[in-house]
Amino acid sequence: MRSVLVNPNIATIQTSERFADRVHFVPVTPRFVADVIEEERPDAILLGFGGQTALNCGIELAESGALDRYGVRVLGTPVRGIRVTEDRGMFKQAMTEAGLSVPRSRQAYSPEEAALFASEAGFPVMVRVAYTLGGKGGGVARDRGQLKEVVERGLNSSIAHQVLVEEYLGGWKQIEYEVMRDASDNSIVVCNMENMLGMRVHTGDNIVVAPSQSITNREYHLLRSASMAAARKCEIVGECNVQFALDPASERFHVIEINARMSRSSALASKATGYPLAYVATKVALGYDLTELKNKVTGVTTALFEPSLDYVVVKMPVWDTLKFDGVSRGIGTSMKSIGEAMSIGRTFEEAIQKAVRMQAQPPDWTVRVAQEERAERVLDRLKNPTDTVLFDVLHALCLGVDAPEVARLAEIDPWFIGKLKKVTEVRGRLAGGRATAELLLEAKRAGFSDRQIAYLCGLDEDGVRSARRRAGVSSVTKVIDTLAAEWPARTNYLYETYNAASAEARPTDRRKVMILGAGPYRIGSSVEFDWCTMMMAWSMKKLGVEEVVVVNCNPETVSTDFDMNDRLYFEELTLERVLDIYEKERPLGIVLSVGGQTPNNLAVKLRDRGVNVLGTSAASIEMAEDRKRFSTLLDGLGIPQPPWRTCEDESAAREFGRAVGYPVVLRPSYVLSGSAMRVVWNEGELSGFVKRAVLLNPEHPVTVSRFFVDAKEAEVDAVSDGERTVIGAVVEHVQRGGVHSGDSIMSIPALSVPAPAEAKMRSYARALAAALRIVGPFNVQYLVRGEDVMVIECNLRASRSMPYVSKATGVNLIDLCCPAILGEGLKASEDVPPPRGFMVKVPQFSFMQMHGAEPKTGVEMRSTGEVACSGASFVEAMSKALVAAGQRIPSAQDLVVALPYPEWEARWAVPALEKFREAGMDLVSPVPVEGAGRVVPEKDVLEAIVQRKVSLVLSFNNNVNDTPEVVKAVARRAVEFQVHVVTTPEEAEAVLMAAELQKRLSTLPRRFSDSRP
Amino acid sequence: MDGHPEISGSQVSGQKRKATLLLADGSLFVGDAFGAESCAVGEVVFNTGMVGYPESMTDPSYAGQMLCFTFPLIGNYGVPAERDAFGLPLHLESDSIKTSGVMVQEACDLPSHWSSRRSLHDWMASEGVPGISGMDTRALVMKIRERGVMAGALSTDGRDAAELRELLAASRSYGSMSFLREVSVGKPVVYGSSDRTVVLIDCGVKLGIVRNLLERGFRVARVPYFSGYSDVMSYDPAGVVVSNGPGDPALCAEPTACAGRLVDSDVPVLGICLGEQIVAASQGARTFKLKYGHRGQNKPCVDVTTGRGYVTSQNHGYAVDRDSMDGTGLLPWFVNADDGTVEGFYHESRPCIGVQFHPEASPGPYDAGFVFDRFAAMMDSRGEEVAGETIRRMKR
Repeated sequence: MRSVLVNPNIATIQTSERFADRVHFVPVTPRFVADVIEEERPDAILLGFGGQTALNCGIELAESGALDRYGVRVLGTPVRGIRVTEDRGMFKQAMTEAGLSVPRSRQAYSPEEAALFASEAGFPVMVRVAYTLGGKGGGVARDRGQLKEVVERGLNSSIAHQVLVEEYLGGWKQIEYEVMRDASDNSIVVCNMENMLGMRVHTGDNIVVAPSQSITNREYHLLRSASMAAARKCEIVGECNVQFALDPASERFHVIEINARMSRSSALASKATGYPLAYVATKVALGYDLTELKNKVTGVTTALFEPSLDYVVVKMPVWDTLKFDGVSRGIGTSMKSIGEAMSIGRTFEEAIQKAVRMQAQPPDWTVRVAQEERAERVLDRLKNPTDTVLFDVLHALCLGVDAPEVARLAEIDPWFIGKLKKVTEVRGRLAGGRATAELLLEAKRAGFSDRQIAYLCGLDEDGVRSARRRAGVSSVTKVIDTLAAEWPARTNYLYETYNAASAEARPTDRRKVMILGAGPYRIGSSVEFDWCTMMMAWSMKKLGVEEVVVVNCNPETVSTDFDMNDRLYFEELTLERVLDIYEKERPLGIVLSVGGQTPNNLAVKLRDRGVNVLGTSAASIEMAEDRKRFSTLLDGLGIPQPPWRTCEDESAAREFGRAVGYPVVLRPSYVLSGSAMRVVWNEGELSGFVKRAVLLNPEHPVTVSRFFVDAKEAEVDAVSDGERTVIGAVVEHVQRGGVHSGDSIMSIPALSVPAPAEAKMRSYARALAAALRIVGPFNVQYLVRGEDVMVIECNLRASRSMPYVSKATGVNLIDLCCPAILGEGLKASEDVPPPRGFMVKVPQFSFMQMHGAEPKTGVEMRSTGEVACSGASFVEAMSKALVAAGQRIPSAQDLVVALPYPEWEARWAVPALEKFREAGMDLVSPVPVEGAGRVVPEKDVLEAIVQRKVSLVLSFNNNVNDTPEVVKAVARRAVEFQVHVVTTPEEAEAVLMAAELQKRLSTLPRRFSDSRP
Repeated sequence: MDGHPEISGSQVSGQKRKATLLLADGSLFVGDAFGAESCAVGEVVFNTGMVGYPESMTDPSYAGQMLCFTFPLIGNYGVPAERDAFGLPLHLESDSIKTSGVMVQEACDLPSHWSSRRSLHDWMASEGVPGISGMDTRALVMKIRERGVMAGALSTDGRDAAELRELLAASRSYGSMSFLREVSVGKPVVYGSSDRTVVLIDCGVKLGIVRNLLERGFRVARVPYFSGYSDVMSYDPAGVVVSNGPGDPALCAEPTACAGRLVDSDVPVLGICLGEQIVAASQGARTFKLKYGHRGQNKPCVDVTTGRGYVTSQNHGYAVDRDSMDGTGLLPWFVNADDGTVEGFYHESRPCIGVQFHPEASPGPYDAGFVFDRFAAMMDSRGEEVAGETIRRMKR
């Protein structure tokens, strides 16, 4: 069988060569997918593996007749089944026919209609706004007054002026089942999960526990049977997720929804159980029965069984809300998190504490609860949960609030609160007494890290480590085998626990290498590092390493698939845990350069404790990350850099600002709130930022550097063995400097950088590689002004753009540098030639989901994804990438809103706006804007956005700190209605180029061969 | 897995009472005591179900056994006391705890559930059943998986390993004991009212079986295991169920004799679990002891007449020997998809079926409840229709 994959996500392993026979980097939209179908003439199509995007695209293709036209069969769940799960009315009817209850609800077009429902159903009620995205305007109404207010607000933000009023189930338990069903109606439940925060928080933002903990056998199996009945009714073939609300005081329950596809929850269920859901779902879609398939973990038992867990799994979301200005940190029925960590333990206490530490920047709750805060404020946050809800619960318990009271306020099942209470009791004992052997064991079993114990007992981490080891307290390796040890397992899917006595899966004596992954996805660290991790693992195997041991804790990755590597530790990426595993495994060494900044940050600490760091030395990493030493190095090498200074107080910063002139970039070493880095445009802003958001003293200095409004940015991804250096590509950013590289539109090859500047970039990269004795991948970022090039920073690890560069050029840079990391030296010395065409990368933002967040860009990264498409020309590649990123390309007569911009942008903004007018677009502004067209009242602009009449919003407010209210209001409304907000004149011109191409071709280029260049 | 005979469960003992578990092969597990302060011996078995500890612990089939739960957190929802419309407890399979001891990773002392009346610890303490927690239950499971089930002794009253060793040496082996007298009713008990009666030969019946029969509109006469053919027929039964229960089917002479006559007389018969083995034996088939049994809620069975697979609840240490069924008139109905053992049969010429798994679930999935419907259908035909025909007619 041959497979054709359509996915414009450049960073995933899925779009690498070893999987699909053909890959099309084109947008997953009906038009582009139809083109691929026309070219490839597939026999069948799978819709359930690409999330909601693929499912929606598939439904449209089926309904438009495109699939029938080319005789393409839909494998797995038929489209009519998918439609039942997607259409509220059909779903309600289908579930009722299946004998299952759904929450009572009705559509309302006025507050009176809503009130009628509420008087029948009783308060509180939930109001959802129909035909809007992001759940805006909805909410809970607890009385008539609130209902009137919420409904009126909702009606105003709905295109159809319609709301849905439904029974409020906030206090109910939220339980999910992952059902696998084959065409012969054999079905199994692979996993059930309980959402600790109940129905009031979206499962994506919930703390999820597998399996369920607080329900009886009857409840478990009543819901299980219901999930199968629901799946049967929707004719599921393959996998689906069924969500239930269960009354916490009876056996009453409602079906909430069915996801007729692989979902985030299915990925979690797969990792939580070891059952390969996607693999089996594919086999089932191809027509196999579950009875014919084997359990891959045991190799002998059947796939028709239900995993039995002998451990507890906890999923913690990663929110990263601090990166956004104006965002509400509240969590509720629409999802805001952008990543997740999964932990495994033999007690809930152990698992949840691990999960907290798996966060990217772990907020140590033991430190947090030591901060003084008024109890009322903490309790208030329990009533209105935010992304700190778990810490607020712990805090309340530490403040002595009764467990039942905490459970009542937070609407969390008392079982969970009881467990968290135990954790706080152990904390109390640690803080109060001597760290005896008994107490150390108790603390480790309750999930405390050495560092937390050290903090509470006033010791240091190494001291705790050696003390507990002297007391014989060490973690034990256990295996995840899908069936609680009932049969022998073939795989090495491992975790560490203190709630056990005998270890399994003893390490081997083979020649092995340990590789650290990147941990949970968050802004700035995503699927690209999973690609890097797996490429490194595979390269190692190709080069004769007998065993690859991977450590990672992100359930959304390939590197945590249980059968991808020889041994997988689904574990924390903390110093303590990495040392534990290293000491057990005794590998040749450890690779820290493919998992982003998290492993990189461990380099020095690991080396100091005797770990053999493979590739670039910890000393070099230390030097590149120390601003002062790196700067001295650059000076020594004669490489220009922007002027900068470390300031220990505000007056020094002001002095520097006056000396070099504004704007300047501030990089504090300790941030109290908001994003870490920003551009300030005058002294007033500098003072304001320092006072408001930064801890500034001699221990926590701030780095101030000059900011160039007119510079371009470019970067180089390269590999070296310390002597020879191979440059993968020079990548140019479309926007001017000041947009974080992760948020820039990028082009390979470089577009407009003059040849002498490009030559300088290459030579500086070589000089740095030699000076820092770089062994492995690295990335250098530059500012370019004409032919002048300055180095901004150098990362001695694989960068985010590594898969992009590798796929654009066809040369896998990880493969290239792997021999160097193993000490064999690079096998090549010529720079990689640029590709024939262009490959353009475009970021994707999730402002819509971040309630209240200003859609803006700046020196801090905010995007949450990216796509890349190729084309013969830059414009073609970019146009496709914009579409793939979900943007609408405007055409003549389209309504485009221009918002006010700061005067320093005028030089670039005015010509860009003029081009829009010349292209025949209807350019309007809510206030007079230089370069824009007519002025329209703000409320009309807002209404036009709601009515879907606006194609694009141009808001050139990159790095603006105090956004004018009108800009905030219009831009926010735009993202809520999925209108793209362009933040720089350069991006605006790029969009215009795409618009012109679209006009010229009347449609975008229709045919693509295999889009891998 | 550690090859040493002695495994320390708790690396350092805390303030809590100590519990000691000694296996017949000399393996020693140390942990925390909960439940009663006492001492128990029994065959050590494990169950992989993740919910349903009250149902399992009260399942009379566990008489004479000490049960290890592989799911680490047990007791989370306490001990529920709800009853169904027939007055039967909804979460308990009999009137008392039947396992002689319980082994868990963690016993929850702060349970939370609207239906809970007390904690696992309080319940076990009041019924005199000792428990051990804080021990490496997975290590215990692996030992049993590799060496087979074996006897064990558990103390929570301070008795040390040497004392337990003596106790073990003095105790009779599980396989040599009949538990029927202690788990069966002494005299008949009737449930419900209906003009159609099912006689239930009680070898240690789970109340879930009674409930399933009542739900299908039958009156249930639960009679002692030693009831004879004429005792059973005195109820003019529409059909007879031979129940589940503990121990070796070879030690169940009375019910085997009775089942044989019932089958020969074309009375519709359903055997469940031990009852299935008894009915099979009554037709001349043999049973054997599995290395470590099937105990869990995730057991895959395939209906060989349709190819359909079902996830079933199981609790059995013995099984019917497939080869010995030849010539008995019994044909395989279900087989275990993992190891190929017989999980059910039907009679080719008589209204007689048997299932090794638990169609009543409790605990476990409800997927196999249709077995009772097949039985009801056989009774509807008043014994006219042979099981093979019923099954073919009702193919799903």
